[in-house]
Amino acid sequence: MAQGGMRVMYIVWIWLLVLTILEVLLAYFKVPTTIMLIALLGMSIGKAAMIVAWFMHMRYERYSLVMTLIPATIACILLFNIVWPDSVRLEKLFSN
Amino acid sequence: MAIAQEARSGMSKLWGGGVHPYGVSHKKFGMWLFLASDSLTFAALIFGYAYLRQASPDWPHPFEFYPSIVVSTLMTFCLLTSSLTMVLAVHHANAGDSTKVVRWLVATMAGGLAFLLLHANEWRELIHHGMTTRSNPWGDPMFGATFFTMTGLHMFHVLTGVIYLGYVAVNHSRGKTESDSVEVCGLYWHFVDLVWMFIFPLVYLMSVSMGDAAPH
Repeated sequence: MAQGGMRVMYIVWIWLLVLTILEVLLAYFKVPTTIMLIALLGMSIGKAAMIVAWFMHMRYERYSLVMTLIPATIACILLFNIVWPDSVRLEKLFSN
Repeated sequence: MAIAQEARSGMSKLWGGGVHPYGVSHKKFGMWLFLASDSLTFAALIFGYAYLRQASPDWPHPFEFYPSIVVSTLMTFCLLTSSLTMVLAVHHANAGDSTKVVRWLVATMAGGLAFLLLHANEWRELIHHGMTTRSNPWGDPMFGATFFTMTGLHMFHVLTGVIYLGYVAVNHSRGKTESDSVEVCGLYWHFVDLVWMFIFPLVYLMSVSMGDAAPH
């Protein structure tokens, strides 16, 4: 905490609120699904990164801890993307 | 020769114990490992939800902007603000001010409880409209199963977090815990907030009513 002080925490909190309001506005204006999905995912990943970096203090931890936890977790989550071909196959099956 | 001897001595220091390569306590490292595994649990649920949604030709859009989206936005603000109060609790724990630590921990618990009450009320409304884990009046029956599973597991995490915060607050007020314990429970609480940053847009905002399949 000493490295950042509380001021930066308030700024992060305000950014999180602003991004949340932007997300809600996308829903309010009923933006097309694909654009909305990309924008929401982008903002959510940004918000998650801010929470991990500042609120969870990862930014102030040793590089060895960051490299042990973050890349492996992200790689495992990305592996879930293997489901999409089957999902698209099912959609075609149900649509016909 | 001297260099080789120094290297051997360095190696023995490294592998002889008493070295902290990550520079964190075992409690904090244990919590980080738990959170990494828990993030995979939630990722599996979110991907499962997205898989079924993509495969379904009639996925429901049951959430009206008002009240559903407005209320879930309010829930998001409760969690985000409780994360800030948690940061304040950790800040004062590091400064050694126990009174303020307990005060901010209680404020964090209040944010969590407000979230839980709003969420429980939303579940009650959806169940009242006929949504179960097997069926719903708006479309694909799997919507209910995925919605209740994901938000239910998240709610369980929030409830567990509130109990955990209460336990730490009581122990801290009695002088039984160190600042490290407050920081470790803070990690858990921020993770609960982080997960909601994905559930809120993907489940709620992406399912806002298009005006033709509203529940009421």
